[in-house]
Amino acid sequence: MNTTVATTGTEGKTWGGGSQPLKASYGKMMMWFFIVSDALTFSAFLAAYGFSRFKFIDSWPIADEVFTHVPFFHGNYPMIYVAFMTFILIMSSVTMVLAVDAGHHMKQKAVTWYMFLTVIGGLIFVGSQAWEWNTFIKGEYGAVQTKGGNILQFGEYVDVDGEQKFKRVAVADFVKGGHGERTQHQSKNGIWYVSEGILPEYTVEEVYNGLAAHENVLVRNQILNEEGEKTVLSREESLKQIKDNGTLVVHGANLKVNEYGSPLFADFFFFITGFHGFHVFSGVVINIIIFFNVILGTYEKRKNYEMVEKVGLYWHFVDLVWVFVFTFFYLV
Amino acid sequence: MAHEHKLEIFRGLWKFKSNTQKIWGVLVFLTFVTAIEVVLGIYKPEVLMGQVLGMKGLNWIFIFLTIVKAYYITWDFMHMRDETKALRRMVVWTGVFLICYLVFILLQEGGYIESVYSDGFIKHDF
Repeated sequence: MNTTVATTGTEGKTWGGGSQPLKASYGKMMMWFFIVSDALTFSAFLAAYGFSRFKFIDSWPIADEVFTHVPFFHGNYPMIYVAFMTFILIMSSVTMVLAVDAGHHMKQKAVTWYMFLTVIGGLIFVGSQAWEWNTFIKGEYGAVQTKGGNILQFGEYVDVDGEQKFKRVAVADFVKGGHGERTQHQSKNGIWYVSEGILPEYTVEEVYNGLAAHENVLVRNQILNEEGEKTVLSREESLKQIKDNGTLVVHGANLKVNEYGSPLFADFFFFITGFHGFHVFSGVVINIIIFFNVILGTYEKRKNYEMVEKVGLYWHFVDLVWVFVFTFFYLV
Repeated sequence: MAHEHKLEIFRGLWKFKSNTQKIWGVLVFLTFVTAIEVVLGIYKPEVLMGQVLGMKGLNWIFIFLTIVKAYYITWDFMHMRDETKALRRMVVWTGVFLICYLVFILLQEGGYIESVYSDGFIKHDF
Protein backbone atom coordinates (compact mmCIF):
# COMPACT_ATOMS: atom_id res chain seq x y z
CA MET A 1 0.00 0.00 0.00
CA ASN A 2 2.79 2.35 0.90
CA THR A 3 3.93 2.65 -2.64
CA THR A 4 0.60 4.14 -3.77
CA VAL A 5 0.75 7.05 -1.34
CA ALA A 6 2.73 9.97 -2.62
CA THR A 7 5.02 11.60 -0.14
CA THR A 8 4.95 15.33 -0.49
CA GLY A 9 7.83 16.22 1.72
CA THR A 10 5.65 18.35 3.93
CA GLU A 11 5.12 15.79 6.68
CA GLY A 12 5.72 17.23 10.08
CA LYS A 13 5.73 20.77 8.76
CA THR A 14 3.18 23.39 9.79
CA TRP A 15 1.13 23.13 6.61
CA GLY A 16 1.71 19.43 6.16
CA GLY A 17 -1.63 18.53 7.68
CA GLY A 18 -2.33 16.85 10.97
CA SER A 19 -1.24 19.78 13.08
CA GLN A 20 -3.67 21.70 15.22
CA PRO A 21 -3.83 25.43 14.66
CA LEU A 22 -3.48 27.35 17.93
CA LYS A 23 -2.80 23.98 19.59
CA ALA A 24 -6.52 23.51 20.11
CA SER A 25 -8.42 20.55 18.73
CA TYR A 26 -11.08 21.10 16.09
CA GLY A 27 -13.93 20.47 18.49
CA LYS A 28 -12.66 22.83 21.14
CA MET A 29 -11.99 25.55 18.60
CA MET A 30 -15.51 25.26 17.20
CA MET A 31 -16.89 25.47 20.72
CA TRP A 32 -14.96 28.71 21.19
CA PHE A 33 -16.38 30.02 17.91
CA PHE A 34 -19.87 29.24 19.12
CA ILE A 35 -19.22 30.80 22.51
CA VAL A 36 -17.96 34.05 20.98
CA SER A 37 -21.02 34.35 18.76
CA ASP A 38 -23.39 33.45 21.58
CA ALA A 39 -21.66 35.99 23.81
CA LEU A 40 -22.34 38.63 21.18
CA THR A 41 -26.01 37.59 21.07
CA PHE A 42 -26.35 37.90 24.83
CA SER A 43 -24.56 41.22 24.94
CA ALA A 44 -26.90 42.51 22.23
CA PHE A 45 -29.85 41.59 24.43
CA LEU A 46 -28.32 43.18 27.49
CA ALA A 47 -27.35 46.29 25.51
CA ALA A 48 -30.95 46.53 24.27
CA TYR A 49 -32.06 46.31 27.89
CA GLY A 50 -29.63 49.11 28.69
CA PHE A 51 -31.05 51.16 25.82
CA SER A 52 -34.60 50.90 27.15
CA ARG A 53 -33.45 51.56 30.66
CA PHE A 54 -31.52 54.68 29.69
CA LYS A 55 -34.58 55.80 27.76
CA PHE A 56 -36.70 55.61 30.94
CA ILE A 57 -33.85 56.22 33.39
CA ASP A 58 -35.98 58.33 35.75
CA SER A 59 -38.88 55.88 36.00
CA TRP A 60 -37.35 52.40 35.74
CA PRO A 61 -38.51 49.85 38.35
CA ILE A 62 -36.16 49.27 41.30
CA ALA A 63 -35.05 45.61 41.16
CA ASP A 64 -34.69 45.45 44.95
CA GLU A 65 -38.42 46.12 45.26
CA VAL A 66 -39.38 43.60 42.59
CA PHE A 67 -37.39 40.50 43.54
CA THR A 68 -37.75 40.33 47.29
CA HIS A 69 -38.94 36.80 47.87
CA VAL A 70 -37.27 33.69 49.17
CA PRO A 71 -39.13 30.37 49.00
CA PHE A 72 -40.62 29.19 52.33
CA PHE A 73 -39.85 32.53 53.98
CA HIS A 74 -42.12 35.49 54.47
CA GLY A 75 -40.80 38.99 54.44
CA ASN A 76 -38.65 41.26 52.43
CA TYR A 77 -35.28 39.80 51.42
CA PRO A 78 -34.01 41.45 48.25
CA MET A 79 -31.04 39.79 46.52
CA ILE A 80 -30.75 36.80 48.83
CA TYR A 81 -32.38 34.28 46.53
CA VAL A 82 -30.60 35.39 43.34
CA ALA A 83 -27.33 35.32 45.24
CA PHE A 84 -28.14 31.73 46.14
CA MET A 85 -28.91 30.95 42.48
CA THR A 86 -25.60 32.52 41.42
CA PHE A 87 -23.76 30.43 43.96
CA ILE A 88 -25.48 27.24 42.77
CA LEU A 89 -24.47 27.92 39.19
CA ILE A 90 -20.85 28.74 40.12
CA MET A 91 -20.80 25.59 42.24
CA SER A 92 -22.00 23.47 39.32
CA SER A 93 -19.31 25.11 37.21
CA VAL A 94 -16.80 23.93 39.79
CA THR A 95 -18.04 20.33 39.69
CA MET A 96 -17.89 20.52 35.90
CA VAL A 97 -14.27 21.66 35.87
CA LEU A 98 -13.48 18.94 38.41
CA ALA A 99 -15.07 16.44 36.01
CA VAL A 100 -12.83 17.74 33.22
CA ASP A 101 -9.81 17.42 35.50
CA ALA A 102 -10.77 13.87 36.49
CA GLY A 103 -11.19 13.12 32.77
CA HIS A 104 -7.62 14.18 32.12
CA HIS A 105 -6.54 11.58 34.63
CA MET A 106 -8.87 8.98 33.07
CA LYS A 107 -10.79 8.46 36.31
CA GLN A 108 -14.15 7.21 35.08
CA LYS A 109 -15.79 6.96 38.52
CA ALA A 110 -14.86 10.50 39.50
CA VAL A 111 -16.04 11.94 36.17
CA THR A 112 -19.37 10.14 36.63
CA TRP A 113 -19.90 11.64 40.08
CA TYR A 114 -18.89 15.13 39.11
CA MET A 115 -21.12 15.06 36.02
CA PHE A 116 -23.99 13.89 38.20
CA LEU A 117 -23.47 16.79 40.64
CA THR A 118 -23.26 19.23 37.73
CA VAL A 119 -26.61 18.03 36.40
CA ILE A 120 -28.16 18.37 39.87
CA GLY A 121 -26.81 21.94 40.19
CA GLY A 122 -28.26 22.82 36.78
CA LEU A 123 -31.64 21.42 37.74
CA ILE A 124 -31.72 23.37 41.00
CA PHE A 125 -30.92 26.51 39.05
CA VAL A 126 -33.62 25.97 36.41
CA GLY A 127 -36.10 25.16 39.18
CA SER A 128 -35.21 28.37 41.01
CA GLN A 129 -35.60 30.29 37.79
CA ALA A 130 -39.10 28.82 37.31
CA TRP A 131 -40.00 29.78 40.87
CA GLU A 132 -38.69 33.31 40.30
CA TRP A 133 -40.79 33.65 37.14
CA ASN A 134 -43.85 32.32 38.91
CA THR A 135 -43.49 34.83 41.75
CA PHE A 136 -42.96 37.66 39.30
CA ILE A 137 -45.96 36.70 37.14
CA LYS A 138 -48.25 36.37 40.17
CA GLY A 139 -47.18 39.73 41.53
CA GLU A 140 -47.62 40.95 45.05
CA TYR A 141 -49.46 44.22 45.73
CA GLY A 142 -51.29 45.05 42.54
CA ALA A 143 -51.41 48.50 40.97
CA VAL A 144 -53.43 50.77 38.71
CA GLN A 145 -52.34 51.45 35.15
CA THR A 146 -53.00 54.92 33.72
CA LYS A 147 -54.11 56.00 30.27
CA GLY A 148 -50.49 56.68 29.35
CA GLY A 149 -49.40 53.21 30.46
CA ASN A 150 -47.80 54.37 33.71
CA ILE A 151 -48.19 52.51 36.96
CA LEU A 152 -49.66 53.89 40.19
CA GLN A 153 -48.89 51.88 43.30
CA PHE A 154 -50.27 52.16 46.82
CA GLY A 155 -48.76 52.43 50.25
CA GLU A 156 -48.87 54.22 53.57
CA TYR A 157 -46.45 55.88 55.95
CA VAL A 158 -45.68 53.80 58.99
CA ASP A 159 -43.53 54.44 62.00
CA VAL A 160 -40.38 52.29 61.97
CA ASP A 161 -38.07 53.03 64.91
CA GLY A 162 -39.26 56.62 65.08
CA GLU A 163 -38.75 57.09 61.36
CA GLN A 164 -41.53 57.64 58.85
CA LYS A 165 -41.23 54.95 56.19
CA PHE A 166 -43.36 54.34 53.15
CA LYS A 167 -44.69 50.82 53.19
CA ARG A 168 -46.53 49.23 50.26
CA VAL A 169 -50.17 48.27 50.67
CA ALA A 170 -51.82 45.61 48.54
CA VAL A 171 -54.85 46.67 46.50
CA ALA A 172 -56.82 43.80 48.02
CA ASP A 173 -56.23 45.23 51.52
CA PHE A 174 -58.22 48.40 51.06
CA VAL A 175 -60.55 47.77 48.13
CA LYS A 176 -63.86 46.00 48.38
CA GLY A 177 -64.66 44.09 45.23
CA GLY A 178 -68.22 44.30 43.96
CA HIS A 179 -68.05 41.87 41.09
CA GLY A 180 -71.16 41.14 39.15
CA GLU A 181 -71.38 44.04 36.76
CA ARG A 182 -69.48 42.16 34.06
CA THR A 183 -68.47 38.56 33.44
CA GLN A 184 -65.60 37.36 31.31
CA HIS A 185 -66.59 37.02 27.68
CA GLN A 186 -65.74 33.55 26.46
CA SER A 187 -65.84 32.26 22.93
CA LYS A 188 -68.52 29.72 23.81
CA ASN A 189 -70.96 32.53 24.64
CA GLY A 190 -70.73 34.35 21.37
CA ILE A 191 -68.85 34.23 18.13
CA TRP A 192 -66.25 31.45 18.42
CA TYR A 193 -63.27 33.60 17.61
CA VAL A 194 -64.08 36.38 20.04
CA SER A 195 -62.96 36.05 23.63
CA GLU A 196 -61.08 38.11 26.18
CA GLY A 197 -58.46 37.67 28.83
CA ILE A 198 -59.16 37.19 32.51
CA LEU A 199 -60.92 40.24 33.93
CA PRO A 200 -59.05 42.22 36.58
CA GLU A 201 -60.10 41.49 40.15
CA TYR A 202 -61.28 45.04 40.71
CA THR A 203 -62.46 47.93 38.61
CA VAL A 204 -60.76 51.31 38.84
CA GLU A 205 -64.02 52.66 40.30
CA GLU A 206 -63.80 50.21 43.19
CA VAL A 207 -60.16 51.12 43.78
CA TYR A 208 -61.10 54.80 43.90
CA ASN A 209 -63.84 54.14 46.44
CA GLY A 210 -61.48 52.06 48.54
CA LEU A 211 -58.84 54.77 48.40
CA ALA A 212 -61.36 57.43 49.37
CA ALA A 213 -62.46 55.34 52.36
CA HIS A 214 -58.91 54.78 53.67
CA GLU A 215 -57.41 58.09 54.77
CA ASN A 216 -53.88 56.77 55.28
CA VAL A 217 -53.35 55.16 51.85
CA LEU A 218 -51.34 57.16 49.34
CA VAL A 219 -50.41 56.69 45.71
CA ARG A 220 -46.87 56.66 44.42
CA ASN A 221 -45.97 57.01 40.78
CA GLN A 222 -42.99 55.73 38.78
CA ILE A 223 -40.86 58.85 38.87
CA LEU A 224 -37.62 58.42 40.81
CA ASN A 225 -36.78 61.34 43.10
CA GLU A 226 -33.31 62.56 44.04
CA GLU A 227 -32.87 59.85 46.67
CA GLY A 228 -33.59 57.23 44.01
CA GLU A 229 -37.00 56.41 45.48
CA LYS A 230 -40.38 56.50 43.80
CA THR A 231 -42.34 59.74 44.27
CA VAL A 232 -45.20 59.57 46.79
CA LEU A 233 -48.15 61.80 45.99
CA SER A 234 -50.20 63.85 48.44
CA ARG A 235 -53.63 62.63 49.49
CA GLU A 236 -55.55 64.95 47.11
CA GLU A 237 -53.20 64.26 44.24
CA SER A 238 -53.54 60.50 44.88
CA LEU A 239 -57.32 60.59 44.57
CA LYS A 240 -57.13 62.89 41.56
CA GLN A 241 -54.65 60.65 39.70
CA ILE A 242 -56.71 57.49 40.19
CA LYS A 243 -59.94 59.27 39.22
CA ASP A 244 -58.62 61.07 36.15
CA ASN A 245 -56.03 58.70 34.77
CA GLY A 246 -56.63 55.20 36.09
CA THR A 247 -57.82 52.78 33.43
CA LEU A 248 -56.95 49.26 34.53
CA VAL A 249 -56.19 47.37 37.71
CA VAL A 250 -53.17 45.14 37.16
CA HIS A 251 -51.81 42.38 39.35
CA GLY A 252 -48.50 40.72 38.56
CA ALA A 253 -46.58 40.95 35.35
CA ASN A 254 -46.82 39.61 31.85
CA LEU A 255 -45.72 40.78 28.41
CA LYS A 256 -48.40 43.48 28.29
CA VAL A 257 -48.70 44.87 31.79
CA ASN A 258 -46.41 44.98 34.79
CA GLU A 259 -47.53 46.05 38.24
CA TYR A 260 -43.93 46.98 39.15
CA GLY A 261 -43.58 49.67 36.48
CA SER A 262 -42.62 49.81 32.83
CA PRO A 263 -43.87 46.76 30.87
CA LEU A 264 -40.50 46.83 29.07
CA PHE A 265 -38.86 45.72 32.31
CA ALA A 266 -41.02 42.60 32.37
CA ASP A 267 -40.51 41.99 28.64
CA PHE A 268 -36.73 42.09 28.94
CA PHE A 269 -36.78 40.09 32.13
CA PHE A 270 -38.78 37.30 30.51
CA PHE A 271 -36.75 37.41 27.32
CA ILE A 272 -33.23 37.54 28.71
CA THR A 273 -33.64 35.27 31.73
CA GLY A 274 -35.78 33.02 29.53
CA PHE A 275 -33.10 32.80 26.87
CA HIS A 276 -30.50 32.14 29.54
CA GLY A 277 -32.75 29.60 31.25
CA PHE A 278 -33.14 27.84 27.91
CA HIS A 279 -29.35 27.68 27.62
CA VAL A 280 -29.16 26.16 31.10
CA PHE A 281 -31.89 23.69 30.18
CA SER A 282 -30.10 22.58 27.01
CA GLY A 283 -26.87 22.45 29.00
CA VAL A 284 -28.51 20.09 31.48
CA VAL A 285 -29.79 17.88 28.64
CA ILE A 286 -26.32 17.75 27.04
CA ASN A 287 -24.74 17.07 30.43
CA ILE A 288 -27.13 14.16 30.96
CA ILE A 289 -26.16 12.69 27.58
CA ILE A 290 -22.47 13.02 28.45
CA PHE A 291 -23.15 11.56 31.89
CA PHE A 292 -24.59 8.40 30.32
CA ASN A 293 -21.73 8.25 27.82
CA VAL A 294 -19.30 8.34 30.72
CA ILE A 295 -21.17 5.54 32.50
CA LEU A 296 -21.23 3.45 29.31
CA GLY A 297 -17.48 3.90 29.01
CA THR A 298 -17.57 5.62 25.62
CA TYR A 299 -14.67 7.87 26.54
CA GLU A 300 -12.72 5.04 28.16
CA LYS A 301 -12.82 3.29 24.80
CA ARG A 302 -11.87 6.51 23.04
CA LYS A 303 -9.04 6.90 25.53
CA ASN A 304 -9.79 10.57 26.05
CA TYR A 305 -12.40 12.65 27.77
CA GLU A 306 -12.27 15.66 25.47
CA MET A 307 -16.02 15.56 24.96
CA VAL A 308 -16.48 16.35 28.66
CA GLU A 309 -14.14 19.29 28.19
CA LYS A 310 -16.08 20.69 25.23
CA VAL A 311 -19.41 20.41 27.00
CA GLY A 312 -17.70 21.90 30.02
CA LEU A 313 -16.80 24.97 27.98
CA TYR A 314 -20.46 25.46 27.13
CA TRP A 315 -21.51 24.96 30.73
CA HIS A 316 -19.01 27.52 32.03
CA PHE A 317 -20.21 29.93 29.39
CA VAL A 318 -23.76 29.64 30.72
CA ASP A 319 -22.37 30.50 34.15
CA LEU A 320 -20.44 33.40 32.66
CA VAL A 321 -23.58 34.85 31.07
CA TRP A 322 -25.46 34.52 34.35
CA VAL A 323 -22.81 36.60 36.10
CA PHE A 324 -23.67 39.44 33.71
CA VAL A 325 -27.44 38.93 33.85
CA PHE A 326 -27.18 38.97 37.65
CA THR A 327 -25.35 42.29 37.59
CA PHE A 328 -27.53 44.07 35.08
CA PHE A 329 -30.93 42.84 36.26
CA TYR A 330 -30.49 42.66 40.00
CA LEU A 331 -27.57 44.84 41.06
CA VAL A 332 -27.16 47.86 38.82
CA MET B 1 -1.85 12.54 28.29
CA ALA B 2 0.05 15.54 29.35
CA HIS B 3 -2.16 18.39 30.36
CA GLU B 4 -0.23 21.21 31.80
CA HIS B 5 -2.01 23.82 33.81
CA LYS B 6 -0.61 27.05 35.02
CA LEU B 7 -1.11 26.79 38.73
CA GLU B 8 -0.99 30.35 39.93
CA ILE B 9 -3.50 33.18 40.01
CA PHE B 10 -3.20 36.90 40.80
CA ARG B 11 0.02 37.04 38.77
CA GLY B 12 1.72 34.47 40.93
CA LEU B 13 0.57 35.85 44.28
CA TRP B 14 -1.44 32.74 44.97
CA LYS B 15 0.17 29.44 43.93
CA PHE B 16 -1.46 26.03 44.02
CA LYS B 17 -0.04 22.54 44.22
CA SER B 18 -2.55 20.91 41.89
CA ASN B 19 -5.24 21.84 39.39
CA THR B 20 -7.97 20.63 41.76
CA GLN B 21 -6.68 22.93 44.47
CA LYS B 22 -6.65 25.83 42.07
CA ILE B 23 -10.30 25.17 41.18
CA TRP B 24 -11.33 25.36 44.83
CA GLY B 25 -9.23 28.46 45.29
CA VAL B 26 -10.99 30.15 42.39
CA LEU B 27 -14.36 29.11 43.83
CA VAL B 28 -13.45 30.75 47.14
CA PHE B 29 -12.46 33.92 45.32
CA LEU B 30 -15.63 34.01 43.15
CA THR B 31 -17.85 33.43 46.18
CA PHE B 32 -16.05 36.21 48.02
CA VAL B 33 -16.60 38.65 45.11
CA THR B 34 -20.29 37.68 44.86
CA ALA B 35 -20.67 38.18 48.61
CA ILE B 36 -19.21 41.68 48.30
CA GLU B 37 -21.65 42.45 45.49
CA VAL B 38 -24.63 41.22 47.48
CA VAL B 39 -23.65 43.14 50.62
CA LEU B 40 -23.11 46.34 48.62
CA GLY B 41 -26.41 45.71 46.79
CA ILE B 42 -28.36 45.36 50.04
CA TYR B 43 -26.80 48.21 52.03
CA LYS B 44 -26.01 50.61 49.17
CA PRO B 45 -23.50 52.75 51.09
CA GLU B 46 -24.29 56.46 50.75
CA VAL B 47 -20.66 57.30 49.85
CA LEU B 48 -20.83 55.29 46.65
CA MET B 49 -24.09 56.74 45.36
CA GLY B 50 -22.55 59.84 43.76
CA GLN B 51 -22.55 60.22 39.99
CA VAL B 52 -19.35 59.11 38.27
CA LEU B 53 -19.21 59.27 34.45
CA GLY B 54 -22.98 59.35 34.05
CA MET B 55 -23.69 56.50 36.42
CA LYS B 56 -23.76 55.88 40.16
CA GLY B 57 -20.31 55.06 41.49
CA LEU B 58 -21.70 51.86 42.96
CA ASN B 59 -22.81 50.67 39.52
CA TRP B 60 -19.26 51.05 38.21
CA ILE B 61 -18.03 48.94 41.12
CA PHE B 62 -20.61 46.27 40.25
CA ILE B 63 -19.56 46.26 36.60
CA PHE B 64 -15.89 46.07 37.55
CA LEU B 65 -16.49 43.16 39.94
CA THR B 66 -18.54 41.37 37.25
CA ILE B 67 -15.68 41.62 34.79
CA VAL B 68 -13.29 40.33 37.45
CA LYS B 69 -15.56 37.32 37.94
CA ALA B 70 -15.89 36.80 34.18
CA TYR B 71 -12.08 36.86 33.91
CA TYR B 72 -11.58 34.09 36.46
CA ILE B 73 -14.39 31.95 35.05
CA THR B 74 -12.91 32.18 31.57
CA TRP B 75 -9.26 31.93 32.58
CA ASP B 76 -9.46 29.14 35.15
CA PHE B 77 -12.70 27.25 34.58
CA MET B 78 -12.58 27.42 30.79
CA HIS B 79 -8.77 27.00 30.90
CA MET B 80 -8.13 30.08 28.81
CA ARG B 81 -4.96 30.53 30.87
CA ASP B 82 -3.56 27.37 29.28
CA GLU B 83 -4.48 28.17 25.66
CA THR B 84 -2.12 29.85 23.22
CA LYS B 85 -1.86 33.60 23.27
CA ALA B 86 -3.36 33.84 19.77
CA LEU B 87 -6.51 31.89 20.65
CA ARG B 88 -6.90 33.96 23.80
CA ARG B 89 -6.69 37.22 21.89
CA MET B 90 -8.97 36.07 19.10
CA VAL B 91 -11.73 35.23 21.54
CA VAL B 92 -11.31 38.10 23.98
CA TRP B 93 -10.60 41.04 21.69
CA THR B 94 -13.33 40.15 19.19
CA GLY B 95 -15.83 40.10 22.01
CA VAL B 96 -14.51 43.12 23.86
CA PHE B 97 -14.31 45.32 20.79
CA LEU B 98 -17.74 44.50 19.36
CA ILE B 99 -19.48 44.59 22.73
CA CYS B 100 -17.98 47.95 23.70
CA TYR B 101 -19.07 49.39 20.37
CA LEU B 102 -22.61 48.02 20.64
CA VAL B 103 -23.06 49.08 24.24
CA PHE B 104 -21.76 52.57 23.56
CA ILE B 105 -24.04 53.11 20.55
CA LEU B 106 -27.17 51.84 22.28
CA LEU B 107 -26.65 53.58 25.60
CA GLN B 108 -25.77 56.84 23.90
CA GLU B 109 -28.95 56.66 21.85
CA GLY B 110 -31.05 55.66 24.85
CA GLY B 111 -29.72 58.65 26.76
CA TYR B 112 -30.49 60.91 23.83
CA ILE B 113 -34.11 59.73 23.62
CA GLU B 114 -34.47 60.21 27.37
CA SER B 115 -33.30 63.80 27.04
CA VAL B 116 -35.78 64.36 24.21
CA TYR B 117 -38.56 63.08 26.46
CA SER B 118 -37.60 65.27 29.38
CA ASP B 119 -36.50 68.46 27.60
CA GLY B 120 -39.18 68.72 24.96
CA PHE B 121 -39.42 67.33 21.50
CA ILE B 122 -36.15 68.65 20.17
CA LYS B 123 -32.82 68.26 21.88
CA HIS B 124 -30.37 69.50 19.25
CA ASP B 125 -31.73 71.80 16.59
CA PHE B 126 -29.21 71.44 13.81
